[in-house]
Amino acid sequence: MSGRLMALWDWIDARMPSLAQEYRKHLAEYYAPKNFNFWYYFGSLAMLVLAIQIVTGIFLTMHYKPDANLAFGSVEYIMRDVPGGWIIRYIHSTGASAFFLVVYLHMFRGLIYGSYRQPRELIWIFGMLIYLCLMGEAFMGYLLPWGQMSYWGAQVIVNLFGTIPFIGPDLALWIRGDYVVSDATLNRFFAMHVIALPLALLGLVVVHLLALHDVGSNNPDGIEIKKNKDPKTGHPVDGIPFHPYYTVKDIVGAVVFLAVFCSVLFFAPELGGYFLEYNNFIPADPLKTPTHIAPLWYFTPFYTILRAVPPLFNSQFPGVLAMGLSTMILFFLPWLDRGTVKSIRYRGTLYKSWLAAFVIVFLLLGYLGTEPTTVWGQFGFDAFFLDTREIATWAGRVCTVIYFLFFFLMPWYTARDAARPVPERVTP
Amino acid sequence: MKILFLALLFVPALATVGVLPAVASEAGYRLDRSPHDPNDLVSLQSGARVFVNYCLNCHGAQFMRFNRLVEIGLSESQIRDNLMFPVEKVGETMKVALGAKDGKEWFGVPPPDLSVIARSRGADWLYTYLRTFYRDPKTVSGWNNAVFANAAMPHALWTLQGERALEVLQVKSPAGHVAAEYRWSQVSPGALNAVQYDAAVRDLVNFLVYVGEPAGQSRKRIGVVVLFVLGVLFVFAYALKKAYWKDIH
Repeated sequence: MSGRLMALWDWIDARMPSLAQEYRKHLAEYYAPKNFNFWYYFGSLAMLVLAIQIVTGIFLTMHYKPDANLAFGSVEYIMRDVPGGWIIRYIHSTGASAFFLVVYLHMFRGLIYGSYRQPRELIWIFGMLIYLCLMGEAFMGYLLPWGQMSYWGAQVIVNLFGTIPFIGPDLALWIRGDYVVSDATLNRFFAMHVIALPLALLGLVVVHLLALHDVGSNNPDGIEIKKNKDPKTGHPVDGIPFHPYYTVKDIVGAVVFLAVFCSVLFFAPELGGYFLEYNNFIPADPLKTPTHIAPLWYFTPFYTILRAVPPLFNSQFPGVLAMGLSTMILFFLPWLDRGTVKSIRYRGTLYKSWLAAFVIVFLLLGYLGTEPTTVWGQFGFDAFFLDTREIATWAGRVCTVIYFLFFFLMPWYTARDAARPVPERVTP
Repeated sequence: MKILFLALLFVPALATVGVLPAVASEAGYRLDRSPHDPNDLVSLQSGARVFVNYCLNCHGAQFMRFNRLVEIGLSESQIRDNLMFPVEKVGETMKVALGAKDGKEWFGVPPPDLSVIARSRGADWLYTYLRTFYRDPKTVSGWNNAVFANAAMPHALWTLQGERALEVLQVKSPAGHVAAEYRWSQVSPGALNAVQYDAAVRDLVNFLVYVGEPAGQSRKRIGVVVLFVLGVLFVFAYALKKAYWKDIH
């Protein structure tokens, strides 16, 4: 650094020493395990996507009109008449899906390496809150283009709250601000999407990172690097400073991610209807219900669980309850897992089999949610115990049961699992 | 190992590039693949002519500006003299004179705006739909459609295609499956023969796809440059990482 810059830095440091302290605490002297692998890119990538969404969101807000009569047209205005508008809009729409993709992979990392285990339970809980916040953010944002899928998707999801006994109908009315999804709903969802939820999201990301940097990162071996410190320096022998080692590594990850991101953005922004649904290019029409309403891909596993549970006493509430439970149960993961080891590397076959079943079932639930329940046709036979003959509905039910068994039986099969010995030092 | 990972990451992204809107037809009529070419300016210009002459009377494209058509190789004076029937200024959008209320009265439903119709329906659907109108005395308009049964829209291009009749037969295959067989017959000739008509519809669909996303072609061109730049950046980022990590074992 040149003399002048050095002098400026000294001037700042004398008045605000916490700046340098925080830099050291979170970057230059944050010791992270040296054996991070592919799965460890997605935390920093999630932050990158968050930044992308905030910046593009600001520019979209400059041209978007949260008005039921103007919203659809203002999006087309952004796509056509605003210079570079289409690129900003596609970055934002692709970013929404990318955010979920990255967050799902990040959560899966936590799952396979036991990153939620003691002493990192709070990090996991903050992470789950981020995930819930993200779901709300995506749901509210999806109403804004005011297409058919925006409208009817919102109608369906708000009606889910309406199924809650006693308070449901009033709650749904309170959320919508009207008896149907309308201009009032659009305005409040806009407010939530651009101010309330992003603020909550940013705050939660800060506490997620603060909690992480207090206890330190887990690693693919699931062992605590802080237990083995160099007596001379006091730093973990298997740790390396986050900056510069992981900053330069994460730049590589970011470039690869951006290449994938841009391949979608520039060559297939709709991604075959998975990132932007075709029906959403039809303006919202409160009088015309589409034949097939499906949420975007990141909600479909939970949507299938909702559809799989049969109604009870003419109420859809059991399905709603099951869907709510399917996300909420993830909060309890730190206490459901009783394994003696954290990482999948040293777990036994029992755990690995359950995890494999969970992954398959989660993907299958996700696929089924994108299709109508008639997708696999009907059973050829009829039986008194079948309330529906749709094969896909029954497949959804079987998957739902396995999904929940993965969690409910976890205390049992993790404790019973034959774990292998864990090494003293991290392995590559 | 790293290379394998990268390859795996890229494969799904590239595989989807060729994905086209797969909107199923309602009546189960098999959709033809639209042969439109977004780089063919002559086809786009001819499609624009068909659009303003045959579609713009009832349908609008309210988000599309006339002067944007300079992108498909037309000059502003050409646009003004040949294409601008309903409006005064070249910067105006392709609005329609027919009001939604009149449209509802005349056709039962107001004719939809066509700005993004190619994005919701897909090119294949439009290409097949516009070629499968037939005479049907049972409907109000006297026309029906094989792809979109009981469509409110009459055959707007009938002077070009002529009148056709359709007979649907239920044919049993040797395996026992019953499938519909469509038999078309020409009732009266149009101004164009079958090959010329297909070409005219191809041009129109080409134009509608362009109107659906006018930035579509520059999007792909910019994308190639962006991916190239990211490729170069990757080389440097990877070299930087290697250099920093050489002491870590």
